[in-house]
Amino acid sequence: MTRITKAFEGNKALITFVTGGDPDIETTELLVLEMEKAGADLIEIGIPFSDPIAEGIVIQQADERALAAGCTTDKLFDMVARLRQKTEIPLVFMTYINPIFTYGKERFMAKCKECGIDGVIVPDMPFEEKGELQEFCDNHNICLISMIAPTSGDRAAKIANQAEGFLYCVSSLGVTGVRSDINMDIAGLIEGVKKVSGIPCAIGFGISSPEQAKKMASISDGVIVGSAIVRLVAQYGKESPAPVSEFVKGLKSGISTVSE
Amino acid sequence: MDEKKGRFGEYGGQYIPETLMAAVQELEAAYAAYSVDKAFQEELGELLANYAGRPSLLYFAEKMTADLGGAKIYLKREDLNHTGSHKINNVLGQVLLAKKMGKSRVIAETGAGQHGVATATAAALMGMECEIFMGKEDTIRQALNVYKMRLLGSKVNEVTSGTMTLKDAVNETMREWTSRMDDTLYVLGSVMGPHPFPTLVRDFQKVIGKEIKAQLMQAEGKLPDALIACVGGGSNAMGTFYEFIGEESVQLIGCEAAGLGLDTGQHAATMAMGSVGIFHGMKSYFCQDEYGQIAPVYSISAGLDYPGIGPEHAHLSEISRAEYVPVTDEEAVVAFEYLSRTEGIIPAIESAHALAYAAKLAPQLGKGKIIVVTLSGRGDKDVAAIARYRGEDLHD
Repeated sequence: MTRITKAFEGNKALITFVTGGDPDIETTELLVLEMEKAGADLIEIGIPFSDPIAEGIVIQQADERALAAGCTTDKLFDMVARLRQKTEIPLVFMTYINPIFTYGKERFMAKCKECGIDGVIVPDMPFEEKGELQEFCDNHNICLISMIAPTSGDRAAKIANQAEGFLYCVSSLGVTGVRSDINMDIAGLIEGVKKVSGIPCAIGFGISSPEQAKKMASISDGVIVGSAIVRLVAQYGKESPAPVSEFVKGLKSGISTVSE
Repeated sequence: MDEKKGRFGEYGGQYIPETLMAAVQELEAAYAAYSVDKAFQEELGELLANYAGRPSLLYFAEKMTADLGGAKIYLKREDLNHTGSHKINNVLGQVLLAKKMGKSRVIAETGAGQHGVATATAAALMGMECEIFMGKEDTIRQALNVYKMRLLGSKVNEVTSGTMTLKDAVNETMREWTSRMDDTLYVLGSVMGPHPFPTLVRDFQKVIGKEIKAQLMQAEGKLPDALIACVGGGSNAMGTFYEFIGEESVQLIGCEAAGLGLDTGQHAATMAMGSVGIFHGMKSYFCQDEYGQIAPVYSISAGLDYPGIGPEHAHLSEISRAEYVPVTDEEAVVAFEYLSRTEGIIPAIESAHALAYAAKLAPQLGKGKIIVVTLSGRGDKDVAAIARYRGEDLHD
């Protein structure tokens, strides 16, 4: 069983996101460990990109801060290697296709394997273009995580059929960011997936409170929280591990009241 | 080239968020239907003739030719189109398409403001709601165009993310489209972005080359020896080149912005200094660093200030069918002044990049040869900036 599969075993998975290198690599490293202690089951680390077109303003600014502070893909690989000495929590990179392509697709995936990354999420590489990375992920047993959105329509089943690890279900239209209300028919989308595939479904985009997390967990296999955490990092900087830990504990208690 | 998959050799593709795939596929299907729809083509032809003022002139620049003492120089006068540039060709097509698709709202990015003004114009004409995204830097450089867009009834959104220029305006327009696509079409301004945009925009711009061919055949009874056009994303160049790709004797030359010089780091010379990457929906050439971070680019021309280039250009370069040459700010400004003085035509600073290279090439090619330069736009918008470049205290 892979580390990613384990995250969904016996409970609704809490997946948390931080932008790597914001405000610095040391803080990111601490945040990962603190989030695990607070109950995160899987952690996404964003490799910052200069032009993150799928992100709202919160993560855009985090990417800008991280790059300005000198974060690079290599520094994050080193950080993950250090983290792997201390934790077995599943870790996935979330980044755009260009940083992977330019690093060298084979070299990037080999490095992921070497330092202990379990999967990658690439928000600007849809199903039709996944051939760009698939063989390189396969070569190194890196899980290429697919996304579906409320607009996926007939494509959702096709995507789900080939999905690996878990399926990232985008809750709403638009970019990442905190939303007070999620009103798309995400439950219907997931029901459609479940008819064709046993892949765990996690809902992301816009989840920012224990109540929302609970609601979304009740119709899926897990929830993904990003911008709400990154906002705390923006607010508290190097002092963010404590408030982020508190926040993640709240999310965890929200979703653990949802029965299987 | 396998256009069904939106590829030009290995370049092109559809690298966009899953949420946008539905919108892009909807556009793809609509375009496939309307591009062969006779009524649509007639309606567009009518707009191009009676609203945009096509065909544009092919003007023999006799004084420039005599002065340079080499090849004959013709100017394809896209500057004479309604709204003052080639951008109108594409927006009339796309906004009409949006209307046929049942959309009520269009959004667009703009650099210099030419595409924004053209989109706002077409939206006004066709009764569509319109929002333009423009980098804050560019709203300062091109303040008059911002007011024009508002005058035409569009909302102009100042983009303050990243470098606050054209690439950031594209990012923001894509984000906006991701959040609202049921009633909205993204009217992309160049031969870039995810499929089908590079093909669709090229098709709407290829009228430039078609006219050149017919007009020159009438004037000279032969094909040109060289076609020269400036390249940012590359739409006026692609429109100029496309008709001639199969005519091997015709040299195709794109002029990109070398800014303060290739060795200064202050340029937007994607083909000369960039490398292959995947960004803004397409695999192509980009100015970027070793980690794939898109580089801030610079040019005196807001319209060429883009870190990428359309995928079909990348392909034409790779198969050595077209060549791409860098032209500096200073060379472009000299050409801007030269054409104004010599022919009484004030060109857009973008187009001045093409003129600068034509002035170099004409004596080399020699007499008996013919060069056609696409004058993609008029220079009114640039006059104040060029005056400042020359040290005059003049503001819009």
